[in-house]
Amino acid sequence: MSDLFVVEDLTVTFPTSRGPVDVVKNVSFTVGRDDTLGIVGESGSGKSMTALAVLGLLPRGARTSGSVKLDGIELLGKSERDLRSVRGNAISMVFQDPLSSLNPYYTVGLQISEMYQTHRGGSRRSARQVAIDALDRVGIPDPARRVDHYPHQFSGGQRQRVMIAMALCCSPSLLIADEPTTALDVTVQAQILELLAELQSTTGTGMIFITHDLAVISSIAQRVLVMRSGDPVEYGTAEQVFSAPRHEYTRMLLDAVPRIDDEVAL
Amino acid sequence: MTLMEIRGVTKQFVTRGESMRARKTTFTAVDDVSFEVELGETLAIVGESGSGKSTTARIAARLLEPTSGTVVFDGQDVTRARGRELARFRNDVQVVFQDPFSSLNPRYTVERIITAPLTYQGITPPTGRRAFAQELMERVGLNPDHCRRYPAQFSGGQAQRIGIARALAVNPKLVICDEAVSALDVSIQAQVLDLLMRLQRESGFSYIFIAHDLAVVRQISQRVAVMNRGRIVELGPRDQVFGDPQDEYTKTLLAAVPRINPEWDAKRRQAQ
Repeated sequence: MSDLFVVEDLTVTFPTSRGPVDVVKNVSFTVGRDDTLGIVGESGSGKSMTALAVLGLLPRGARTSGSVKLDGIELLGKSERDLRSVRGNAISMVFQDPLSSLNPYYTVGLQISEMYQTHRGGSRRSARQVAIDALDRVGIPDPARRVDHYPHQFSGGQRQRVMIAMALCCSPSLLIADEPTTALDVTVQAQILELLAELQSTTGTGMIFITHDLAVISSIAQRVLVMRSGDPVEYGTAEQVFSAPRHEYTRMLLDAVPRIDDEVAL
Repeated sequence: MTLMEIRGVTKQFVTRGESMRARKTTFTAVDDVSFEVELGETLAIVGESGSGKSTTARIAARLLEPTSGTVVFDGQDVTRARGRELARFRNDVQVVFQDPFSSLNPRYTVERIITAPLTYQGITPPTGRRAFAQELMERVGLNPDHCRRYPAQFSGGQAQRIGIARALAVNPKLVICDEAVSALDVSIQAQVLDLLMRLQRESGFSYIFIAHDLAVVRQISQRVAVMNRGRIVELGPRDQVFGDPQDEYTKTLLAAVPRINPEWDAKRRQAQ
């Protein structure tokens, strides 16, 4: 497994009225091609901040240190202009709430083709075809018609499919998905997880999957990073973390997950 | 003993189509739903978004009037209850909502929030408001010294405990929990579920527990109603619904729940 994405000693610091606070502390991990890293933690664990930091999307005033390398090229410290050519292109992201990530005034087709044209250029007509193909790939029925529809005309699960179509239209080498199924119903969640796994196996895209849900992580990730209060608590293969957790916090977290198949006494 | 009976309840909403000129259409959110809640039991209502579970809960709490059907509580038809009769019903039936912060007045101290139901009911606690609030705070696992703090000074899990304390202030017979633990982190969620079960053992009231999370429902309920598109598609004892589901939709729902790899999980538990 070649290492596509290598993060070393990533630290994110926010200035506060009481002095600087580290919200991500010395986090290191690697993501290989065709590999999924799950980052799991409760609220305030720093899991989302880690994703924003590697994309250079932190709020103003935040400082980062350490190293973030994609295909051997350092991303930390790059100019905003350089980062813009990386985001959406080599690294794409999908967030929790598709409605707030999609512009309600434009058709989904326009938004996907805009993304494609920004990074790849080409004619409007070819970009439109890319959008139709992308919608088709994520399982939107009748994509040639749906490409001209607005976000509100799609259901929640379909909107997340549209987001995934947009994220994948430039064939990124890394996809960062931050709680992409958290807002979805459980049956829709199952479909989206299946879609992501299937797309990954056909395209070989590396993936960072951020969630609070350990059961979801278990079904999609090969490697797992557990975070708490900005600290990397435990990092290992999914099998190791779930079957033989080394850290007390991981054990507590696993014990707290309600089980659907267990006999429970009342 | 049957505490609450919902008989053939239907709720329709009038909506407009996508364009402004579109004709009004009626949308049936709850479609001929019937169930009973026994004294001291927990009945869970599960379903996905749009299944009608929350609308059903709101009708049971008399926060919404049904289009047709009846709500019987403690032997009384309360469907159209008003005035004194409604006030008594509101005393007996309390609701705990999903988002603790939006259901707590940010400008009131915890003491005032917890004792508010007493004010509405015109009750003065014999030991005084402060002592009453502190006693309740202790019961739900909050530090009673914090009774003069404001909601913003508490974490999400603590804020939910405040909401629970408020619900218990007037000794309800039925507590309706609408996604009461959904917004909480998993470790906090486990604690609040334990608290809800302990309080029920201590006081013997009933719960209607509305949730989308089947694993959570399995922890807390004795009976489960599964809703889909406004209808109850399956209703039965918990172990029957989870262990031997009859309805196709229930089966789909159960199969879709993500699970920790069972082999890994068994290995870990053996080692512990």
